[in-house]
Amino acid sequence: MKLSDLSESSLRDRLAGEGLTLRIAPVAARIRSEVPAVAEGLRLHYADYELLDGEAFCDFHIRISPPANLRRWFRRQVRFLHDGISPFEPMPWEHAFPVFEWGLNWCMANHFHQYLMIHAAVIERADGRAAILAAPPGSGKSTLCAGLVARGWRLLSDELALIDPRALTLTPIPRPISLKNESIEVIRRFAPAAVLGSVSHDTHKGAVAHIKPPRESVRRAAEKARAAWIVFPRYQAGAPAEPKPFLKARTVLRLAENAFNYAAFGETGFRALVGLADACGCYEFSYGDLGEAVRVFDALPAGER
Amino acid sequence: MKEDLVSAALAEPGMLAQCSLERWDRLIRQGRAARLLGRLAVLLEQAQLLASVPEAPRRHLVAMRLLADQQRIAARREVLLIREAIGRTGVPVILLKGAAYTMAELPVAEGRAFGDIDILVPRVALADVESALMLAGWASIHRDPYDQRYYRQWMHEIPPMQHLRRGTVIDVHHALVPPTARIAADSDAMRSACIPLEGLPGLFVLAPADMVLHSATHLFMEGEFDAGLRDLADLDGLLRHFGRDPAFWTRLGRRAREVGLLRPLFYALRYARESLHTPIPAALMREAEAGAPSAALRPLMDFCFRRALRPKHHTCANAWTSAARWLLYVRGHWLRMPLHLLAVHLARKAFKREESTSSAPEAALRR
Repeated sequence: MKLSDLSESSLRDRLAGEGLTLRIAPVAARIRSEVPAVAEGLRLHYADYELLDGEAFCDFHIRISPPANLRRWFRRQVRFLHDGISPFEPMPWEHAFPVFEWGLNWCMANHFHQYLMIHAAVIERADGRAAILAAPPGSGKSTLCAGLVARGWRLLSDELALIDPRALTLTPIPRPISLKNESIEVIRRFAPAAVLGSVSHDTHKGAVAHIKPPRESVRRAAEKARAAWIVFPRYQAGAPAEPKPFLKARTVLRLAENAFNYAAFGETGFRALVGLADACGCYEFSYGDLGEAVRVFDALPAGER
Repeated sequence: MKEDLVSAALAEPGMLAQCSLERWDRLIRQGRAARLLGRLAVLLEQAQLLASVPEAPRRHLVAMRLLADQQRIAARREVLLIREAIGRTGVPVILLKGAAYTMAELPVAEGRAFGDIDILVPRVALADVESALMLAGWASIHRDPYDQRYYRQWMHEIPPMQHLRRGTVIDVHHALVPPTARIAADSDAMRSACIPLEGLPGLFVLAPADMVLHSATHLFMEGEFDAGLRDLADLDGLLRHFGRDPAFWTRLGRRAREVGLLRPLFYALRYARESLHTPIPAALMREAEAGAPSAALRPLMDFCFRRALRPKHHTCANAWTSAARWLLYVRGHWLRMPLHLLAVHLARKAFKREESTSSAPEAALRR
C-alpha cells in the first residue's frame, strides 16, 4: 500500500494518532504530527512511498509538534523530536515541512553509520552510471541535481550519498529535492512539469521549496548504483559549463570535508574514499546555465578505471 | 513499571535470541537513550549472538559499535596529547573513568560510548596544569562568572576545557570527591596508591579497588543520572573483570572501609546485582551492609535509584520517574553544598534552563 492510497483525512488522523510508518528506502520511519503542513507535505512529496502498516521495528520515531509553551498559540512554532529528543531549536509553524526534512537528515547523519555519509546529491544516468555531486550549501548542487532529474536522470538523493564503505555501492534514499531562493524560479522555468510544493519563506536558509521525487526513482529505490563521477559543482553567473579534471588526492580530501561521519570509519573510511576516487572521473564543475550544464552531464565520458 | 530491556539484555544477553521485533524496537530506543548500544553490541558479539539479531536492529548496534571503536582510538590520541601538554610541567596525571578504562585496556572500555576525558592532578599543581593546557589550545567552556565561581568553589574539578581546534573536552579534577561533600573520603590514600600505565610514563590509573570505589562514588553521590545505567554497566564490567581474582573482593571491602566509601560501595553492589546480575560474593554483600542507609531511608533510596538507573526513555518510565530523578538531582547538590546556597543555586539553574540555547539544524546536522 502506498501513501497515496490513503484519503486526506485518514492520513491526517494517522499522523495525529498512532503515527504513520513509511519506508523511505533503507529507513523505516514512524512519523507523528498534528501540524497540517506536515500532512500536506507528506501527501504531496511522499505519495509514492510504501506504507509500512503494523511494522514492528522503526529506525526513527519522529514527531513534529508545537512546543509546550505560549508559542503553541502565539507566533506559533513547531519543534522536531526524534524519539523524544529535540536536536534543534523550535522553528516557525509555517516551516513545518522543511523542519521534517531537516530533521530526517539529522537522524540519518547522526545514527546511520552503517554507511559512510557525504553531504552530496547522487543521480544516475540512463546508462547506469551515477554521479556524486558534493558541495557545501549554496553551491548550486541541488539546482543541478533537480535539472538532471528533470531530464531523466534517476534521483538517488539530493542531500546524502550513502556509501557502503567496503562494496563502495551507493544506496538510494530518494527524497524531495530542496531548492533555495533563486533556484526555485530557475527550476520552474527549466522544468515546468516538475511538481513543486509550497514555498516556505524566511527560513534560516531563505525561501525553501521542495520538488517531488519522480515516481520511477522511488520505485527503484532498492536498486543500488555505482559511482562513475565525482563532481564538485559551483554555480557562477555567466560561467561556461566546464568540467575541469580534479586531482584524485584532492578529491579524497574534499569528499572527507563534506562527509558527516568520515571520522567514525577511520582507515576504512579513508580506503573507501580512495577507492571511489580511483574508480571515478573527478571534476570541478562551474556552470552559469542549467541547460548547458545538463548537456555536459549527458555527454560525460564513462568513468576511468 | 514498563520493562527496562537494556538492563535485562546486559544481565542476560541470551534473552535477545527470542526477542520479537516489537521488543527490539523498544530495546534500540532505550539503548540509544542510555548510550549503551555499542556496549550491547560487544556483549552480543562475545556471546556469539550478534549475527542472529534481525538485520534492522542489528544495523543500529553495529553502527554504534563502530562509533565507539573510533571514539576509543580518538580518546587514546587525545590522552597522549594531554600528556604531552601537561608533561612539560612534570605533574603526574591520573586518568579517571572512560579514559582510564581505555588506556588500561580493560574489557569494559569495549563498545563504551565516550564523553569527556577526565583527569586528576594534585590540587597544588592546578594552576600549572590549567595554563599548560591553555598553551596547548584548550580553553574554558563556561564564560559565565557564576559558573566559573560555582565550579571553583563547590566542585572537585575546574570548569571543563575544550580544545579550540579538535573540540574535545577535558575535565580536570583535583580531588576524587567534592571537597565540601558530606561524605569524607580519603582521596589522598587512593591517589597515592595509583598505578603507572606501562609504556606511558607520566600517566597513571587508580588501583582496581579504588577504580571501582571512584566509579561508585561518582555515580551514587552526584546528581546527574542521564547516563546512570551506562555507569552502572561500567561498575558491572569492572567487578566482573577484577573479580576473577578472588582476593579482589576482600580487598574491595577493606578498602571501602579504609577510605570511607562504604555507602557508595553498598549502593553499587546492591543495584549492580539487582539490575545487571553482577556476581558478588555473599560475604562482601554482608560487609557492605555496614554502609547501608538507615532502615527508614532505604525504601526512599530504592524508590529513587531503581527509577533513575533505567534508560531515560518513556517506554521504561512511569509517573514517578521524573520525581525520582529530581530528588536525586537535589540530593546530589545537597551532598555538596550548604542548604542556603543550594536553594539559591537551584533557583538560578531553573531560570538559566529557560534561556539555554542549542544549535541551528545545519550545525546539528554537521555534528
